Amino acid sequence: MEGIRDKVAIIGMGCTQFGELWDKGPDDMIIDAAYEAYADAGIEPKDLQAAWVGVCTGHPLGMSGSCLSEPLKLQRIPVTRVENFCASGLEALRNAVYGIASGAYDLVLAQGFEKLKDSGVAGLGAGRGVHPVREMRRTAPGTFAFIATRYFHAYGLTPEEGKKILAKIAVKNHHNGSLNPRAHLRREVTLEQVLNSPIIAWPLSLFDCCGNSDGSAAAILTRADLAKKFRPDPIYVKGLALAVNPIIPHFEPGFDWTGFEINRIASRSAYEQAGIKNPRKELDLAEVHDCFTITELVIYEDFGFSPRGRAREDVEAGTFTLKGELPVNSDGGLKAFGHPIGASGLRMTYEVYKQLQGKAEQPVRQLKDPKLGLAHTLGGRPEISCVAVYGRDLG
Amino acid sequence: MAGILSYGAYLPYYRLSRETIAKAWGGRPIGGERCVANHDEDSLTMAVEAATDCIRNVDRQGIGGFLFASTTSPYKEKLCSPVAATALDLGAKLITADYANSLRAGASAFRAALDAVKSGSARSILVAAADCRLGAPQSEMEQRFGDAAAALLIGDGRVVATVEASYSLAHEMADVWRKEQDKFVRTWEDRWVATYGYTENMQKAIFGLMKEQGLSAKDFAKAVLSAPDARSQQGLARNLGFDIKTQLQDPLINVVGEAGAAQALLMLVAALEEAKPGDRILLASYGDGCDVFSLKVTEEITRHKGKCRFKSGLSFKRPLPTYEKYLVFRGLVGEPLEIGPYVLPSAPAMWRTEDWVLRGHASKCRRCGLVTFPIQRVCYRCQSKDEFDQVRLSDKKGKVFTYSLDSLAGVVDPPLIQTIVEMDDGGARIYTGMTDCDTQEMKVGLPVELTLRRMHEAGGFYNYFWKCRPIRGGQ
Repeated sequence: MEGIRDKVAIIGMGCTQFGELWDKGPDDMIIDAAYEAYADAGIEPKDLQAAWVGVCTGHPLGMSGSCLSEPLKLQRIPVTRVENFCASGLEALRNAVYGIASGAYDLVLAQGFEKLKDSGVAGLGAGRGVHPVREMRRTAPGTFAFIATRYFHAYGLTPEEGKKILAKIAVKNHHNGSLNPRAHLRREVTLEQVLNSPIIAWPLSLFDCCGNSDGSAAAILTRADLAKKFRPDPIYVKGLALAVNPIIPHFEPGFDWTGFEINRIASRSAYEQAGIKNPRKELDLAEVHDCFTITELVIYEDFGFSPRGRAREDVEAGTFTLKGELPVNSDGGLKAFGHPIGASGLRMTYEVYKQLQGKAEQPVRQLKDPKLGLAHTLGGRPEISCVAVYGRDLG
Repeated sequence: MAGILSYGAYLPYYRLSRETIAKAWGGRPIGGERCVANHDEDSLTMAVEAATDCIRNVDRQGIGGFLFASTTSPYKEKLCSPVAATALDLGAKLITADYANSLRAGASAFRAALDAVKSGSARSILVAAADCRLGAPQSEMEQRFGDAAAALLIGDGRVVATVEASYSLAHEMADVWRKEQDKFVRTWEDRWVATYGYTENMQKAIFGLMKEQGLSAKDFAKAVLSAPDARSQQGLARNLGFDIKTQLQDPLINVVGEAGAAQALLMLVAALEEAKPGDRILLASYGDGCDVFSLKVTEEITRHKGKCRFKSGLSFKRPLPTYEKYLVFRGLVGEPLEIGPYVLPSAPAMWRTEDWVLRGHASKCRRCGLVTFPIQRVCYRCQSKDEFDQVRLSDKKGKVFTYSLDSLAGVVDPPLIQTIVEMDDGGARIYTGMTDCDTQEMKVGLPVELTLRRMHEAGGFYNYFWKCRPIRGGQ
């Protein structure tokens, strides 16, 4: 397998403000993100040859490509709607990248969106998608709490010790989000606030959970060799990987609930394609799927940023803060952006793209001379991991 | 001679003190406490519990029939015995029937099972009686009733007790009833009911049996007389010539409550747990007439005593903290449990997946030996296709691998204790809810067993599935 390195470039991106966008319908968000991306790429809508859209929970127009073609009035080009739970956004991008790499198209749109705040429930809801009978009123925090419980147990942490480590991740991501005008939650929180917040699903508290929000993000892609005709600073796709588990972890014999093999496989494959040997040293930033603080903690280990069982040391050393050795979720992550499911992977990509171009909106957030960044979404119950590595330079 | 091969009992984990009920209404407590079925239990699941207790060491495929008895059958039209029999993983060649509508239903099912065995229709028949009756809030019945189940395996051979004789009597009066649309049990004035219903008829039937068999009160070691309350029972026993202190089986009103159709069989289980070889036991059940039996305890009783969960069920319990909790458990306030819009209930889906949903079977790969739940056609490890045997997990033990206490799930008794259970034998993982458990008890490694519970009623039918609960007292 050859991999995808340096075959496709991102030449324009758009991202809406994320939040409880009561006054915006899905179409408004789709239009705002897409037209920002068009302008950023310097293209006209009619230049697009194909489009992919990622959305998980749906659209009034149904689960099809028309949810993108109608608001954008795409002119009878191929539009495909993809869904892979929380990986839906990166999945749209992934398919678009392969569309370009195959030679079938030269200029395509990859977009993700989700309108969660029309549902009438504060969270994603309970009783989601296991089986008509055995459905256990599964919630996302309920499932990720399994990891926290087992991680604490496996590494001999008391709940108090464990929760304190997790709280530091929440404090970090809130801090990053407080600097970002597009984030949903833009305020600092203290360790005490996090630790004293109400329990949602023991051992996870309110501030261990990401927000629920609306949003959309879009990317315009072209062939790497055409990219500089559009702009002087395109960003190149260096690696793309998707790993899907053969069974949901809940029923997986031997599953250790302290990390995810799908994360390890997907990141390893993406690193290999990108030529990364030491991710902690070579990556300049990582946007990872911090749906819950515990998820971010185990991702440090799954992605080879920290040795297994020892991410806590790096959390305490500040390794993943904005000023640390490897900034993780420099834009505030899902924690501060919330998680409009289909939009998240492209929102992360937007952050990496802007950082690599040196164009973070607030100079205070701009990392120094980053060359290589990663975006990652973890979907399902969870059983789907998607990793993308992007680079500033060819080669 | 036909008789009882084994017996089992089930008392729900929760108790409601009658003080608590009386305090809620400003009334007078009748003393003691009553069993309260958990919010995920009904008569069917309790019958499965008692039956499981009864057949712990019995070859399930060899059982020839299953009879379910209750006045609170979850379905008005649909037989419950096949649902329970499937959950019990009994064979398909099976006599099934539900005995309903009468406090005597348990005893009637017992008699039918005996007759079936005696006639040669089946070699053994499992009888499970369970009840979960509702007394109107603020009524004396609300305090008096208790939820429980009992089961007997009837057959020939190494019986713990033979049935020497029986006597039945039909009697019509509107003493206790519930109309089509009634939620709560109705009665006529209790003095009339006690005098001309319970006492007169029980007396007539029991004297009838004694006369036919040439027996008198002194020939019985124990009299198991179903009873609405202890006072009526003692009055009856005195009239019959029994010594209340030594010969009368306690009706368990104080510790269980009046257990409806299950009461007579539950009291019989309690009596058997104290019985000695050679004891003669009188069993009499009242409800629109009487069924009376004379039983003779055999040597086999010594092998069985102490193995069923009647006594442990009395000691492993947890008080419901408030009366309101009881109202919620019985669905008297609050909304029925619904699952989210993401899952469509489906009768065909339930039917297709019966082997693991209801029978609690896992698949064991013939090629690599991996045990997986639910049943997987393609092996998770070696990808062999359709090469597996089904193995029953429902009666096996496991341990909590990890858990969460979910306050977001929106259940009637929050927080929802979600668990990943690893089964001891074969290592299958089961994602399921914990029930009958305090959050303080939760820890990684907690030993658990599986228990059939009602999951939800979406789709207009009952969805039953296996939850886990702590194994208590080395059971």
